[in-house]
Amino acid sequence: MAFGPHLLLATLDGLVTAAILALTALGLSLVFGVMRVVNVAHGEFFMLGAIVAWFVSSLVDAHPAIGFLAALVVSPLVVGAVALVSERLVLRRLNYQPEATIVATIGMLYIIQQLALTTFGPAARAVPAPFSLRIDFPWFGYSGYKLAVIAAAVLLILATWFVLTRTRVGLVMRATQYDSETAQAFGIPVDRVYAGVFATGAMLAAVAAVLIVPVQQAYYLMGLDPLLLSFIVVIIGGLGSLRGTVVAAVLVGVGDGVVSAFFSPTLAKIIATLLVALVLVFRPQGLFGTTAR
Amino acid sequence: MAEVLTVTRLSSGYGELPVLHGVSFDLRDAEVLCLLGRNGAGKTTLLKTIMGLVPATAGSTQLRGRELTRLSAHEVPRAGIAYVPQGRRLFAEMTVAENLEIGLMARQKGHATRERVLDLFPVLRERLRQRSGTLSGGEQQMLAMARALCLEPEVLLLDEPTEGLMPSMIARIREAVAALRAEGVSTILVEQRVDAVLAVADRVLFLENGRSRDVLDVATVRADPAMVRRYVGVG
Repeated sequence: MAFGPHLLLATLDGLVTAAILALTALGLSLVFGVMRVVNVAHGEFFMLGAIVAWFVSSLVDAHPAIGFLAALVVSPLVVGAVALVSERLVLRRLNYQPEATIVATIGMLYIIQQLALTTFGPAARAVPAPFSLRIDFPWFGYSGYKLAVIAAAVLLILATWFVLTRTRVGLVMRATQYDSETAQAFGIPVDRVYAGVFATGAMLAAVAAVLIVPVQQAYYLMGLDPLLLSFIVVIIGGLGSLRGTVVAAVLVGVGDGVVSAFFSPTLAKIIATLLVALVLVFRPQGLFGTTAR
Repeated sequence: MAEVLTVTRLSSGYGELPVLHGVSFDLRDAEVLCLLGRNGAGKTTLLKTIMGLVPATAGSTQLRGRELTRLSAHEVPRAGIAYVPQGRRLFAEMTVAENLEIGLMARQKGHATRERVLDLFPVLRERLRQRSGTLSGGEQQMLAMARALCLEPEVLLLDEPTEGLMPSMIARIREAVAALRAEGVSTILVEQRVDAVLAVADRVLFLENGRSRDVLDVATVRADPAMVRRYVGVG
């Protein structure tokens, strides 16, 4: 394949990675931004989203689109409920102390992972795509579903941006993020905001997983890569910054796609990690992050 | 005058460190009660304990007979107490309008309340879309008070509102406190500047090492500079 079409193909694949990464990292960033909790179990919410999507779609004996839509509704709800319970039973009892919650979420990571292994087994499970459409470019054909994944992620990110910046719910979340004590002094139930944000962060990861599972398959160890890449994205973009998360996800996702296609996936990871190191040294708050109060 | 807020043997602290030791006083309808005391006397801690931001370890705080120490911190402002913290603590990344909206939401007040508050601080009306962190110190203090007044509170707690302000701004803040009293709002004012206290207060509560000492009307305090020197170290 000539250079131009090859670059286009790599960029498209990179954009799919970026779209999923942006959604997943957005959840992580939201949780850190508002709660100051580094959620090491975030990748497991992604994994749980994928496994529940497989489970739900396998129960639906109809057109794959029906099963997929059911999974798209049920999976984030189940994962959100699991996150809510975890928040109540673990994080709240630790009073959201940053160091303690890192250790606690490492524990949650293993518990969720082993529960998934015990319940669903080690096999990778395929979920059929809701539709099979091939978009024909002059040089190659491309999956219409993958393009739909990009579009869905863009819509969800825009919806998140709208909620955060244009609604009362977003105003309450931002007030809690900037100064939780003053927020309480103005009637904001910070505990409830934290619970809602933690569940929402997990649901974003679950939605990302449902969108990608027809391309990747679901299995119990699949949470590790999204977790590491999400950390890379939020460190580069700035923890708690929506704009930074999206920009960094595109940078890392498309960079990964292009470098992997023309050189090697290992080199792509090396570059991303190097970028994180440079950001941590020269701009620790990230490209778009602000220092916390 | 009826009592709006009654604080009885209130104690609190930070973790293992006790700060307040059985503070008692009452706040009357439409009065300005000033707290005076040296640094570390417990003035800010007292305001935070009334707001539920520092948990009370003993004693009670009642707003017209309703016990506040059993409420969660976010329920206290909804009961009718508004707080202007030391250093203003605005949501600096938000606009002036958004800061006011946070205040309005606390007790579900609407447009009419916002207009009344903006009439009290007209300079804010021109800056509604401006990020609050970019306002001058005096404007930030006005916004902090305006945000609190959006609750239409019965009781207003002001923690050093004139700190770091120019004399013209201090006079403006003082006028606002007097105007609020005329509207029936009761205020507890923490101040380091004794002249500011004497200019605006009805009564003065002296705090010493986390304990409430004398509660005197302002004329008595004015006539006894030695007392001020004893509790505050200046006069």
